[in-house]
Amino acid sequence: MDWSWLVVQDVMPKMLAGLVITIQATFGGAILAYALGLLLAILKMSKNKPLAFSVYWSSEFVRRTPLLVQLYFLFYVLPDFGIFLEPMTAGIIGLGLHFSTYTSEVFRAGIENVPKGQWEAAKSLNYTPYKTMRYVILPQAIPPMIPPLANYLITMFKETPLLSAITVVELFNSASIYSNSNYKYLEPMTLVGVFFLLVSIPAAIIANRLEQKYKPEKVR
Amino acid sequence: MNKIIEFQDVSKSFGSLQVLENLNMHVNSGEKLALIGPSGSGKTTILRILMTLEKIDGGVVKVDGDYLWHQKIGDKLEPASEKHLHKMRKNICMVFQQFNLFPHLTVLNNIVQPQILIKGVDKVDASNKAEELLALVGLEGKESHYPHQLSGGQQQRVAIARALAMDPKIMLFDEVTSALDPELVEEVLSVLRQLAENTNTTMLTVTHEMNFARDFADRVLFFEHGRIIESGPPDIMFTNPKESRTRDFLKNFIGGI
Ligand SMILES: Nc1ncnc2c1ncn2[C@@H]1O[C@H](COP(=O)(O)OP(=O)(O)O)[C@@H](O)[C@H]1O
Ligand SMILES: [Mg+2]
Repeated sequence: MDWSWLVVQDVMPKMLAGLVITIQATFGGAILAYALGLLLAILKMSKNKPLAFSVYWSSEFVRRTPLLVQLYFLFYVLPDFGIFLEPMTAGIIGLGLHFSTYTSEVFRAGIENVPKGQWEAAKSLNYTPYKTMRYVILPQAIPPMIPPLANYLITMFKETPLLSAITVVELFNSASIYSNSNYKYLEPMTLVGVFFLLVSIPAAIIANRLEQKYKPEKVR
Repeated sequence: MNKIIEFQDVSKSFGSLQVLENLNMHVNSGEKLALIGPSGSGKTTILRILMTLEKIDGGVVKVDGDYLWHQKIGDKLEPASEKHLHKMRKNICMVFQQFNLFPHLTVLNNIVQPQILIKGVDKVDASNKAEELLALVGLEGKESHYPHQLSGGQQQRVAIARALAMDPKIMLFDEVTSALDPELVEEVLSVLRQLAENTNTTMLTVTHEMNFARDFADRVLFFEHGRIIESGPPDIMFTNPKESRTRDFLKNFIGGI
């Protein structure tokens, strides 16, 4: 089997379009994972025990089941209940929901690492719970969370090919559709790997830098 | 004289450990009170109850004529809502042993932010007031430093300035020099002496610095096991206490007095 640059030329525009979808799904999913993760973390730490307990177990449930199954559920099962989602919407919700259960643990640990004295000082100054979180706790909790949150972003990026299962034409699926109709696998699949590496490696280097920058001893 | 703080039959336990048992005490408006006694006698707990950091199990606490931990609904006393507690906290501010400055904010912003967020003061006025208070505690020129760049004594003085910026009617000081190196204690105590002299804010301080308690306080309360064993003006408490337990306790500080 010989490498054909013609195939490369042919498949490239489709794959670039797929890459755009992949990046959109990654960032869409990440934004949801971060926002929902923070909310879940706050609920898990709630003084309302039944609430904290049920949020904890639902998020454990989501975390312990495969993303692929969740995607199928969102896209193929929900229509039975009258809920129809666009493939991309279902994909972003699936990624965001699944990874929010991981990011919520990062948020929870980060928030719990802020010393109790900070909460008490805020209360003594009559900060409301919201202002305490917004102006006292999160500004201290977030810097050490940045490296693990960045790592989850990279992981989400690598998981995006799963969205092909619900017909999203992302990077892998764009190559796969081409391959299956033209019986050319070498070039498209190699390119998929190359594309992923081209994004993952610099991203990993950046994440590493962040880790150096926010080393625990620097963030007191 | 009007009583700004009243404890009536207040009880407090941590699990099976009863820390306060039917405690009755009051503080007059403008009074400077020193709480002394062995460690574990419940002094910090009293301040933390006033700061709404610890709930009470029994009795009532009144601050400025209003129930602190309760609300009167009809003629029944109900546990205070978060809203009521928020209202009550406007009058009270606490300075902690561990300073608890906000490490992500500069010295100036530690004092400015609460004024803006909580008192609704505008930024210029808040900064002016912060500058004034920093001068009062002897820290002009440190505005743009971060807390970790300051000594413990300096951090504690910033914490005092931050509390003053809230204009509380009642200030609580919990062993504010216990975490400091010995050579830094005096710079903090002299700020407190000066405050006691020049303001009519009601102040409660828990301290092991008996010389300071004598200068600072109008009245000294000696606690043991969550009870007031004896109370009186410092002259009497430190020279001629009635109770033998007070005398025994003060013996440990004899060199210091
Ligand atoms: N959050 C808590 N949980 C359990 N026990 C506590 C707690 N806070 C204080 N105590 C206990 O209550 C007693 C009184 O404590 P405290 O008010 O701090 O005394 P003091 O300030 O006079 O040293 C001590 O025995 C202490 O160990
Ligand atoms: Mg104490």
